[in-house]
Amino acid sequence: MSEKFDEIPMAGNIIEPGNAMKYKTGGWRAQRPVHNPENCLWIKNGTCGRCWIFCPDMSVRLVEKDNSRSYEYDYDYCKGCGICANECPTDSITMESE
Amino acid sequence: MTTVERVPKDKITVEGLTGDAAIAHALKQSDVDVLAAYPITPQTIIVEDFQRFAADGEVHTKVIPVESEHSAMSACVGASAVGARVATASASAGLALMWEILYCAASMRMPIVFTVANRALSAPINIHNDHSDGMGMRDSGFIQLYCQSSQEAYDTTLMAFKLAEDHDVLLPVMVGIDGFIVSHNVERVEMLPDEAVQKFLGVRVPVQPLDPKNPITMGPLALTDYYFEFKEQQDRAMWNVPKAYKRIEAEFKKLTGRSHGMFEEYKTKDADIIILAMSSMGGTAKAVADVLREKGEKIGVVRLKMFRPFPTKEITKAVGGAKAVMIFEKAMSFGAVTSPLALEVKSALYDLEKKPLVVDFVVGLGGRDVPPETFVEGIEKTKKYLEKGKAPMYETLGVRK
Amino acid sequence: MAEPAAVRLKDMLQKDQILSAGHRMCAGCAAPTVVKLMGMALRGPTIVCEATGCLEVATTIYPFTAWKIPWIHVAFENAAAVASGVAEAMTVMREKGRSEYEHVDVIAVGGDGGTFDIGFGALSGALERGHDMVYMVYDNGAYQNTGIQRSGATLPGQETTTSWAGKVEPGKRQRKKPLAEIVAAHKIPYVATVDPYHYRDFVQKFRRALEVEGPAFIHAYSPCPRGWRSDTSKSIELSKLAVEVGIHPLFEVIDGEEWIMSSPSKNLKELKPLEEYWAFQGQFRHLKDPKWDDFKNQVQDQMNHDWELLKKRCGIE
Repeated sequence: MSEKFDEIPMAGNIIEPGNAMKYKTGGWRAQRPVHNPENCLWIKNGTCGRCWIFCPDMSVRLVEKDNSRSYEYDYDYCKGCGICANECPTDSITMESE
Repeated sequence: MTTVERVPKDKITVEGLTGDAAIAHALKQSDVDVLAAYPITPQTIIVEDFQRFAADGEVHTKVIPVESEHSAMSACVGASAVGARVATASASAGLALMWEILYCAASMRMPIVFTVANRALSAPINIHNDHSDGMGMRDSGFIQLYCQSSQEAYDTTLMAFKLAEDHDVLLPVMVGIDGFIVSHNVERVEMLPDEAVQKFLGVRVPVQPLDPKNPITMGPLALTDYYFEFKEQQDRAMWNVPKAYKRIEAEFKKLTGRSHGMFEEYKTKDADIIILAMSSMGGTAKAVADVLREKGEKIGVVRLKMFRPFPTKEITKAVGGAKAVMIFEKAMSFGAVTSPLALEVKSALYDLEKKPLVVDFVVGLGGRDVPPETFVEGIEKTKKYLEKGKAPMYETLGVRK
Repeated sequence: MAEPAAVRLKDMLQKDQILSAGHRMCAGCAAPTVVKLMGMALRGPTIVCEATGCLEVATTIYPFTAWKIPWIHVAFENAAAVASGVAEAMTVMREKGRSEYEHVDVIAVGGDGGTFDIGFGALSGALERGHDMVYMVYDNGAYQNTGIQRSGATLPGQETTTSWAGKVEPGKRQRKKPLAEIVAAHKIPYVATVDPYHYRDFVQKFRRALEVEGPAFIHAYSPCPRGWRSDTSKSIELSKLAVEVGIHPLFEVIDGEEWIMSSPSKNLKELKPLEEYWAFQGQFRHLKDPKWDDFKNQVQDQMNHDWELLKKRCGIE
C-alpha cells in the first residue's frame, strides 16, 4: 500500500489474476469444519464431493494421488460457514468452535 | 518516424457537407471497429449517415443501435476495453443520460471518440445550440475540442482518434460542433483519400486490454488507500494532451496544410479588447473585429478550441497583454461566481501582475441568435467597464429584460 | 476445440476454477458457488462483464482480484450494454485479423437489483439486438450490497430495510417480477432457471446457454445469509427448498416458445408449503404473527396459481 501513483497499473487494472489468494479470510471463522474420513464417500470411492462443489471459499481440498485419496481444509480461507457439514450426506463433517 | 507528405490536390475529395455529415465521413475513414449510438437531434445525421455506410458495406464496423445513450457509452467502454477503436455521438439530454459513464470511460482510460452536436439542456426542452451539455461534462475527464466548421469537424474527428489512443494520453475525446449552426449547415469540406487516413491513424494498439490469455481485472473497487492515486494518474494523462495534440496536428498539417491549434488567434497582437469565444461564434467575432478595426478600434479574437485540458499558459500569453478580454459563452453555471469559460480565464490570469479586465457575457442560450450587433453591444459595454475599471462578474446579453 | 463442461466430480476437479479463494463475500453466501458452477460450464476463452453488486465489490477489492479470467466492471445498470460492446468488438476484431481467438464467450453477470430493476432497460435492449452472449442474474432477493433494500426480486412477505415488517405492513406486499418469463418473451434462443443445489442441472443449462447462438439468460437463485437472516450453513439447502416450495421453479424456455420443466421441479409431487421456506429465515419471522394469516394465505394461493400456470406451459398435467 506504499506504492506511488506511477508504480501501479493504470486505472485500477489488476494484472495478476486471482491474487486475492494473498488475502487470507480464515480469520473470519468462528467455527471450523472437522472431517472424519470413516464414512466419507470421497475417501471411500472418490465420489460425492458435495463439500468441494458447494464450498463458496474454495477451501476444501480433495486430493487423489496414486489411487489413494486424502481430504483437507484450507483454513487460510475457510470462513466457517458450515455449508460442507450441512450438505454432507454421510455426516462426516462436524463444526467445532475455534 | 515515417515521413509525411502533403496529399496531392487531385487525391483530395471536395464535397459540400454538413458538420454532421463531415463527422460521419471522418468516422467512416477512421475504420472504427464499434460504433454504438442512439438518435438525438441535432446529432442524428452522424449516426444515420454512418448506418448508411454500414448498409452499403462501405465500413467494416459493428454498429450497435443501443436502447439509450447510457448504454451507448457503456457499450463503447466494453468495446474499447478489449482493444477496439470506438466512437459514439450524442447531444444534450442524451449526453446528460451518459453522464455517469462519461466518468467511467475517462477513469478507465478508454480512448473513445465522442462527437457531439452541442445543444441546450432541458427544461424547457429545446433542440438548439448552446454549450450547456459540453460544460455539464467538463469535469468528467474527457478531452474537449470545440470546432467552428465542417472542415474542422472532419479534421478534428480524425485527429481525435490519434490523440485518444496515444499511449501518453489514453483518454476519451469529445469533438463538439454547434448544433444546427454547424451540424446542419452545408460547407465545403476537403477530404483525404482513405489510404492517407489509414496511414495517418494506423490501427489502435491497446494497452492492457481484456484478453483471455492475460486475464486482468478492470474496474475494481478502490477505496481510501488507492483511489486517489488513480486520479493522479488520470490528471497527469490529461496534461500530456497539449504536447501530443501539437505533435499530431503538426503531422496532420504536413498531410493537409491545415491546422487549427488549441485555439485560434486573430488580430490579437495589438488588440485592446480581445473577444474570447468558442465554436461558431468565433466566425462572427472575427467579422465584427474586422469591421470595428476599420473604424480604428483595436479588436482581436481568440477562438478557443481546446477547453479540456484548458491551455492555461498559452491563453494567458495570448490575452494577457490586452486591456480587456470580452468572453462570449453559451453556458451558465447557476449560482457560480461567473460562467464556466470566464472561470477558467480569470483563474488563468490571476497570477499576472497586470491583468486585463475580464468581462463575461452569457449569450445564445437555447439557440438564441448571437448576431454581430450583440458583439458590438458587448464591446460598447466593455469599453464602459474599462473606463470604470470594473465589470460585473457576468451578465446576459440578448435576453429580453 | 471446445473444452467440455464439467458435470461430474472427477471432471470438476480437473477443470480450472475461475474464482480464487481470498474473496470477501460473506461466509455462507451462495454467489461464489454460483460463479464456481458457471466456471464449470465454460468452453474456452471467456470475458465476464459484471454489474455493481456484492459479487463485484467483494471479489475485486483493490489491489486484489479473485477473478482468474478477464473481467470488467463499469457500473450498476449497464452490464448487458458493456457485454454487447465486448461481444461485437471481439467479433469485428477477429474479422479484421486483430484477435487471435476464433471465438470468445461473453458473459454478463448482475445481481437482482442490477438486473430486475436498474439494469432492466439495458438487458432488454441487448436481448432485442441479439448479441451472442449469456446474461446471468444471481438473485439474492434484495439489494444486499447496499444493506438489504427491496428490489423487484424481493418476495411478498419479505422484510428488508425498505420494506419493513411493522404494525401495519407484512414486509413487501407486491409480488416478485417474473423476470425469466419477461426475458423469454423477448423470444431469445434460451432461458433457464438454475440453483446451486442442483449443480448438474446448473452446469448443463449454463453450457447450453453458451452454446446457443444469440443471447441466453440464466436466472440463478443465490441465498444470502446476511440479508435473509438464515444460518450460513443453510444456503445450499435453502436453494433446494426454494425449488420445492415453487419460489424458484427450474425450467428452460427455448426460443421463447417451448417451455420445459426441469427434473427437480418436474419430479415434485406437489409443492411444499411456503411456511417451510419462511421458517428458515429471519426475514420472514414476522409472518408467524396470526394477524398475517390472511396475507400468507393470499401469497400461498398466488404461489399455487403460478405453479399450475407454469405446469400448463410446460405441458404437465
